Amino acid sequence: MGNSAIVVGQIFNGVSVASILLLTALGLALSFGLMHVINMAHGEMLMVGGYLTYLTCRIVHNPYAFLLALLVAFAGSALLGALLEVTVIRWLYGRPLDTLLATWGVSLILQQGARSIFGAIGNEVVAPPWLSSSISLNHGPLAGLSLPYVRIFIVLLTIAVFGLLLLFIARTRWGLYLRAVHQDREMAQALGVNTKWVDLVVFAVGTGVAGLAGAALALIAPVTPTVGQSYVVYAFMVVIVGGLGSLLGTAIAALLIGLFSASVQMFTSISLADVLLLVMVIVFIQFRPRGIIFKRSRIMKEA
Amino acid sequence: MKKSFKILLDLLLLLALVLAPLYLSAYNLSLLGRFLAMAILSLGLCMVWGWGGILSLGQGVFWGLGAYVLAMHLKLVGLAPGDMPDFMMWSGLDHIPGWWTIFRHPSLAFAGIFLVPTVAAAGLAWLVFNRRVSGVYFALITQALALAFATLLISQQAYTGGFNGLTDFGTLLGHSIVDPGFQRAMYWITLAALVAAFLFCQWISQSNFGKILLAIRDGESRIRFLGYNPATYKTLAFAIGGTFAGVSGALYILHVGVISPAMVGVVPSIEMVIAVAVGGRASFTGVVLGTLLVNFGKDLISSAFPELWQFGMGLMFILVVTALPQGLAGLPELWAGFRPRFRKRTMQEIADQPN
Repeated sequence: MGNSAIVVGQIFNGVSVASILLLTALGLALSFGLMHVINMAHGEMLMVGGYLTYLTCRIVHNPYAFLLALLVAFAGSALLGALLEVTVIRWLYGRPLDTLLATWGVSLILQQGARSIFGAIGNEVVAPPWLSSSISLNHGPLAGLSLPYVRIFIVLLTIAVFGLLLLFIARTRWGLYLRAVHQDREMAQALGVNTKWVDLVVFAVGTGVAGLAGAALALIAPVTPTVGQSYVVYAFMVVIVGGLGSLLGTAIAALLIGLFSASVQMFTSISLADVLLLVMVIVFIQFRPRGIIFKRSRIMKEA
Repeated sequence: MKKSFKILLDLLLLLALVLAPLYLSAYNLSLLGRFLAMAILSLGLCMVWGWGGILSLGQGVFWGLGAYVLAMHLKLVGLAPGDMPDFMMWSGLDHIPGWWTIFRHPSLAFAGIFLVPTVAAAGLAWLVFNRRVSGVYFALITQALALAFATLLISQQAYTGGFNGLTDFGTLLGHSIVDPGFQRAMYWITLAALVAAFLFCQWISQSNFGKILLAIRDGESRIRFLGYNPATYKTLAFAIGGTFAGVSGALYILHVGVISPAMVGVVPSIEMVIAVAVGGRASFTGVVLGTLLVNFGKDLISSAFPELWQFGMGLMFILVVTALPQGLAGLPELWAGFRPRFRKRTMQEIADQPN
């Protein structure tokens, strides 16, 4: 296998990791932009999506069961997210740090719940036959390069979800409400937008997308009770780098961070890549403290 | 609450702690000793979070820095001349690295316990606060720091002892660490350090610095308009929190005899925060009590039902934050708020009431 094949393979890996990061971070960025709330249990939504995928694939024996599992994962996580919003987050409005702690408590309970039900050992989801092979190049400058269908599928899924989400925001009535509340909550309220419902819907959609990320992740790694925790810290970094509630910024940041980790791992170890990533984020906010893309505003925000 | 009553409460708590060796079993006393060490960290968090409004989810890092500095000293002292720690030999190092050996001398090690965590905390805080990044962003960055610190410690097996950490400590200043007399003395030293930290916090809270810190918490922009630079004050507060954490970590490992990455990562760091939240984030007495309660509770429950502890801690986070944001220290005020409803109204109050 040639050198360039290794490099291209690693870049491709970076892009597929970035895809899952993006799916995870989208929900965080949406609810952070809208409600100034960070949901620490967001990683557990990913975990729930993963377990729902596992269960669906166990129950339904069909090569296309995985497509059904995607729907189940989305719906299940979205429902759970809605429940979380109604029972906890709604009551802590305007206290972002307290929301952080309360949702951390939720994540502990969900993790332990998963451990009690499924055990601490990972559960494998076998990729369906139509995803189990890969594109291999045997000659040319990239000879030896092999791109697994699974990872290509994840990248395509992410692009599709991202596109749908952009359409949702730009074209639907609820998207219009979302943009209105994002711009000026009080004014939107005064004009008759039910901001409570907007918060609820946006939060549920965000957690639902995290459930999709969990389903996608289940294809390449076993589902464990702590699978969400290991991904969500990177997703937080994506939100910080991406900027307050900008989906495009989030996408760029996810790509940057995914590629950065993948390329640094070529030269050092995974753990050093973690440290370097943190250093990069701290250096980055020296130059753009508000993220890659942010809207200028005259509002003094303390959050 | 009246001030004299508050001081009386503090003195009662102190009396209970001073008399603890008389009424606690040796096992429980050793537990109390290490939890008192943790209470020092909690006082620092109280300053940082309760007073400064800065939530740190990475306090375990500074705690760990203090602990590792002392642990390195203890390892070095236990070595015969020309010898090196076993894990270094297994990892194929041929000599002890220089940044280890500077901690061989006790005075340098003690200086390191104070300086290393303080400088690390101040550096991070300055870089972040100076760019006016705060609130949720800062909390997330400190959490990432805790994750990175723990993974780095695990991966650098040759220098840090990896996953197992550092253990098998011999002597401190010529005294064997496992000796019962030393352990008893450690209890007193820890208690004295806690009292000193407590008085320091009281002093800070009376000072101008403490008042500006509170003002920053309640309205950072307002204080900036008045001509202060909040970044300086927040950095100083965070550095104090770092110092407290480092001292706490060093004292803690003298009680338990081991330090490992599992004790400094994301989860332990957030457990430190919940202890402070339960006690009452802005009350010095509250956070000491909260730390003792949560840690004893954890010891009781997690040894009998480990699963239950996870659920219990999760519930504790949710309930304390939603129902009792001022923690245990807020109970008297809550009670005082309820009381007037049950009290008979005076004629004057009835007369004043608009119809």
